Amino acid sequence: MGYTLNFAAVWRSFDDLLLGLALSLALAFGSILIGAVIGLCTAFGLISKNGLIKRPAGVYVSIIRNTPILVLVLFTYFALPQWGLRLGKIESFVFTLALYSGAYLAEVFRAGLLSIPAGLREAGLAIGLTEMQIRTSIIAPLMFRNILPSLGSTIISLFKDTSLAAAIAVPELTFETRKINVETFRVIETWMVASCLYVFTCSILAALMRIVERRLALPR
Amino acid sequence: MPDNLLEIRNLHKSYGEVEVLKGVDCSMKQGDVVSIIGSSGSGKTTMLRCINMLEEFQGGSISIDGQEIGYEMVGGQRRRKKEKEIARQRALTGMAFQQFNLFPHMSAVHNVMLGLVKVKKLDRDEARTIALKWLDRVGLLARADHFPGQLSGGQQQRVAIARAIAMNPRLMLFDEVTSALDPELVNEVLQVIKTLAQDGMSMLLVTHEMRFAYEVSNRVIFMNQGLIGEEGNPRDMFHKPQSERLAEFLKTSSFS
Repeated sequence: MGYTLNFAAVWRSFDDLLLGLALSLALAFGSILIGAVIGLCTAFGLISKNGLIKRPAGVYVSIIRNTPILVLVLFTYFALPQWGLRLGKIESFVFTLALYSGAYLAEVFRAGLLSIPAGLREAGLAIGLTEMQIRTSIIAPLMFRNILPSLGSTIISLFKDTSLAAAIAVPELTFETRKINVETFRVIETWMVASCLYVFTCSILAALMRIVERRLALPR
Repeated sequence: MPDNLLEIRNLHKSYGEVEVLKGVDCSMKQGDVVSIIGSSGSGKTTMLRCINMLEEFQGGSISIDGQEIGYEMVGGQRRRKKEKEIARQRALTGMAFQQFNLFPHMSAVHNVMLGLVKVKKLDRDEARTIALKWLDRVGLLARADHFPGQLSGGQQQRVAIARAIAMNPRLMLFDEVTSALDPELVNEVLQVIKTLAQDGMSMLLVTHEMRFAYEVSNRVIFMNQGLIGEEGNPRDMFHKPQSERLAEFLKTSSFS
């Protein structure tokens, strides 16, 4: 045996890890934001009665959900340029994760939409609101409250998926960790510190979601 | 100006194969208070919901102030009007529902303000003033900032009535508004409706409260199997029913 833990090398490059973590968070934030817009539109598509809207939405969700995200990441970065769509590493990954989160969030939003009683829409119609006004003023805010718990776990799992960007050399936390590992050979220390950073960040995200949940809770 | 506020002619409505309205004719004048009674499944709620296009109908016509609701003839073809136009026409009527349907994420006053701001395009201060005035009229000014979850069923229904009537509709539709309430809360809601009736509001009520229908309406319609079975003033209807069906229905209902 005789492996003695020595974190000195890791601490020396700790700034790189923090920069990597910052990039991981930025990737997650950007992708989820775009993904939420895609997901919301898709969710309305999924519950639509019009087959021309419903079917493409369903196809999109099932293709994305049945493909491993690593394959999607590699496909976008290596295969799409062959068809003339050449994106930078970061853009390529955000594009992929946005599409990916869009499909997962669509399912979360869909469940939230179905939980809203039809009578509220009718009450909106009865005072003369248009379908669009009903969606923005009544359905979306209520749905958002309903889905907060599952939205939180989806966000955390999407944040963790940013580690796959290492596969296309995006310098986020996992990539930086691997770099330090290769340079210092402190295998246990580097991956231990990286794991702790992920756990720490996810706990913060979970705590933030709980605060949002509490603040938006309806008085009764 | 046409004489009749509401004019329903030969209204037909089916769900798939099942015909629920089989040619209903009905008219109302400004200031009329009309109660629709009848056993469940007779089509009374469906008729009410056709008037503000919450239900589509396949035949006949409905007009309010001479304005044809929901459908238009284009080149000999009957066509549903554009959504914007239907939304505008829906604002001609106000509706109160059995299940109140208040927006749970908005306080009482915001429930009432929503239509004023989004549909009538009033600025928020003006909308708030009108909303508070109507909450006061239904006796809930003190609860203006309460959320639906903090109000009793009776209070929620009164807010819902304020929300509908604040839009200044030509006609109020009440769809079994006391059916979901605990018995001790029914009266406060009926009292509000009675006050509105005395103020001259035109209304059409679907109700199971026979005593209330008797007291508040100037006309009663008895619906039976998708058709109007009998109609007249409440005194004749309740004391001297012409048809076997109505006599039977009154015997089994709470009116005594």
